[in-house]
Amino acid sequence: MQLVLEKRAERSGTIALVSPLLAIGLTIVTMVILFAILGKNPLLALHAYFIAPLTDGYSLQEIAVKATPLVMIAIGLSLCYLANAWNIGAEGQFLIGAVAGSWIAVRTQGTDAGAWVLPAMLVLAAAAGALYALIPAICKVKFGASEILTSLMLVYVADLFLDYLVRGPWRDPHGFNFPTTAEFDPVATVPLLIEGGRLHLGSIIALLVVAAAAILLARTIKGFEIRVVGAAPRAARFGGFNANQLIILTFAVSGALAGLAGIIEVAGPVGHLQPGISPGYGFTAIIVAFLGRLNPVGILIAGLFLALTFIGGEQAQIAMKIPLDVTKVFQGILLFYVLACDSLILYRFKLVSSNRQVPRGAG
Amino acid sequence: MLSGPSEARRRGIGLVFQHFSLFDNLTVAENVALGLDGRESFKDMSARLEQVSKIYGLPLDPRREVWQLSVGERQRIEIVRALMQDPKFLILDEPTAVLTPQEADQLFIVLERLKAEGRAILYISHKLEEVKRLCDTATILRGGRKVATCNPRLETAASLARMMVGGEIREVKAASSRKTTVPRLVVNDLSLAPSEAHGVRLEHISFELKGGEILGIAGVAGNGQDELFAALSGERLAKDPGTVVIEGIAAGHLSITQRRRLGAAFVPEERLGHGTAPRMKLSENALLTGHAASGMVHRGFIDTAATLKTVDRATETFDVRKAKRDPEAASLSGGNLQKFIVGREILRNPAVLVVSQPTWGVDAGAAAVIRQALLDLATAGAAVLVTSQDLDELAEIADRIAVMFHGKLSAPLATSEASREKLGLLMGGSSLEPKEAAHAVGA
Repeated sequence: MQLVLEKRAERSGTIALVSPLLAIGLTIVTMVILFAILGKNPLLALHAYFIAPLTDGYSLQEIAVKATPLVMIAIGLSLCYLANAWNIGAEGQFLIGAVAGSWIAVRTQGTDAGAWVLPAMLVLAAAAGALYALIPAICKVKFGASEILTSLMLVYVADLFLDYLVRGPWRDPHGFNFPTTAEFDPVATVPLLIEGGRLHLGSIIALLVVAAAAILLARTIKGFEIRVVGAAPRAARFGGFNANQLIILTFAVSGALAGLAGIIEVAGPVGHLQPGISPGYGFTAIIVAFLGRLNPVGILIAGLFLALTFIGGEQAQIAMKIPLDVTKVFQGILLFYVLACDSLILYRFKLVSSNRQVPRGAG
Repeated sequence: MLSGPSEARRRGIGLVFQHFSLFDNLTVAENVALGLDGRESFKDMSARLEQVSKIYGLPLDPRREVWQLSVGERQRIEIVRALMQDPKFLILDEPTAVLTPQEADQLFIVLERLKAEGRAILYISHKLEEVKRLCDTATILRGGRKVATCNPRLETAASLARMMVGGEIREVKAASSRKTTVPRLVVNDLSLAPSEAHGVRLEHISFELKGGEILGIAGVAGNGQDELFAALSGERLAKDPGTVVIEGIAAGHLSITQRRRLGAAFVPEERLGHGTAPRMKLSENALLTGHAASGMVHRGFIDTAATLKTVDRATETFDVRKAKRDPEAASLSGGNLQKFIVGREILRNPAVLVVSQPTWGVDAGAAAVIRQALLDLATAGAAVLVTSQDLDELAEIADRIAVMFHGKLSAPLATSEASREKLGLLMGGSSLEPKEAAHAVGA
């Protein structure tokens, strides 16, 4: 007997839902083995990762705070990926958005600027993120340059640009030479939802983005265009849809959402601009997008789940001295299993008998 | 059971594919060498290649690159490659699909000779007259099952067709009085450079198509039919708007969506991946071409009920068989998907329908339904342009037939005057380029 992959006549809707769960299950099994190799009690480690963060209010809020940028970025990325445009540089667009929005915060610092400051920061950050994402998109459309490479390389440009600003022109004069801007004024800060808590307005914005994307993809002709250009490019051209225009559009939208996430992070939980504002949100969001099946609601759930791994990773580090890098290992293994399990949507396993019959009369 | 193609070759099985497995940028000899086990030197092999091709009357120059060759010559490479292995058993899959009638006659002479040499030949075809002419026994398959084995010479084409379809085939009937009206599709001196390497340049194509008329375009595949379809549909734009006129409006510069809004509809040759998105539902594929002008979109929002209604209407009108109401396009059989695609376009009541290979790879029952639908559409006053390699199909439905050769279109002949011989000569390029004709047809 032999195990082969056989193509399904129609994609399986059940597996499309089960596949992410299967991937999570396989990841946990792998992690148990990894914990055991590290000499940690796997059950305690799993408890620290997945259960402990859900048991107190502070951690729950923190999960929502971490999920906010992940979900916003992943929604934008999912639009790109559905349209077969491979934006890998959301981390850079996130940082550029943070820088652009912070510019207003820094320039208005200590003046009596009014309530316009925060909305202006959000708009400018989104615009900057979009423009930054347009660089690889235009290079792709005009010159055929691989958007995967160019968008990824621009991450490092953005990272170093931010680094230069906070060490140079924007450094807080009273900050004991730390590479950071001064704390933003209250008008330049994202308001909290719960007094004294951590949850902020950004989470509401993320939910609105999820709802808008769900409507866009399921109900509008633009959403159909995005899906068909990615699924069948030649049929899309026959349908009258322009793939190049769509690359520009989806990159711009995903850049804008990443930029918005960047300024919300800086003007919200962080409160000032400094290096290391992102623990790799732009890259983790790629996992979120695929784990969520490029589906807006799926992305919301996947974003919360990966936020849980961030918080759980911190708790495991504190409680059990498990290195924080294990969290990244976990996320990488998860992406691997998600992509592997996805083959089951279009294929199924089948046992075939492998005993070959000797042909009679031939040769 | 065989372990793979190389074992099949070793056991004396030769195969000529319907879709050629040749590398365009390599020479004839290099292509042949790739299919052999490489035990002899390239020089010896080339010499043997010339010898084999001469013996069987399949002349080939081993040093020419494949992209320069006609389709008939390319098939010769495939056949010679199979013969080089001295096969005991030769399999040919739809070998005449890409040949002119004269080239097909040449092929039959070669096959008769191979048979006389004591080789067994498995000839896969849906052209019943060929089977009757060539084969000693015929096995009929339907839906992956063996239906019958018979002596085709004792059967009629109609009785063979019945076995293929499993029932009577609807006779295609043209309305006795079709009135032609105003010109609805006019092409004026359309020339277009090829969009890709080894593509065909369209040269000075002109014709006029009136309402109520079906114009057939015959020709061997790869003579510019795909390029003409792209130029007419707007997938490729012409520089001069006046080269394509739809419903009296210069449309050469308009996109496919704008042309649809003028009342044009298009059915491409490839069903999966061009005419439909394979992994999307039929309702979404209805939207693919219907979004432009069929009231399926309101202020950017999709009217799902309207797209489903199109699916239901196409299903009902054209007898589309499917497992559920709204399955993915890829799950339908070729014939049923083609009926859906043709139905999707016809239900939009187009003024002009441009259709390419309407019944390619479709079972005889579905083919009859599709041809009838094209005739009915013309009767209702639309202008229909049909590109096909199947001369019988064109003879059945077209009022006039023009032939495409090397990117040029011959003057249309009335179907009653267009004999197979005349069309075959035009398909070989005879009246357009006399020198080429001797080369292509006389081989």
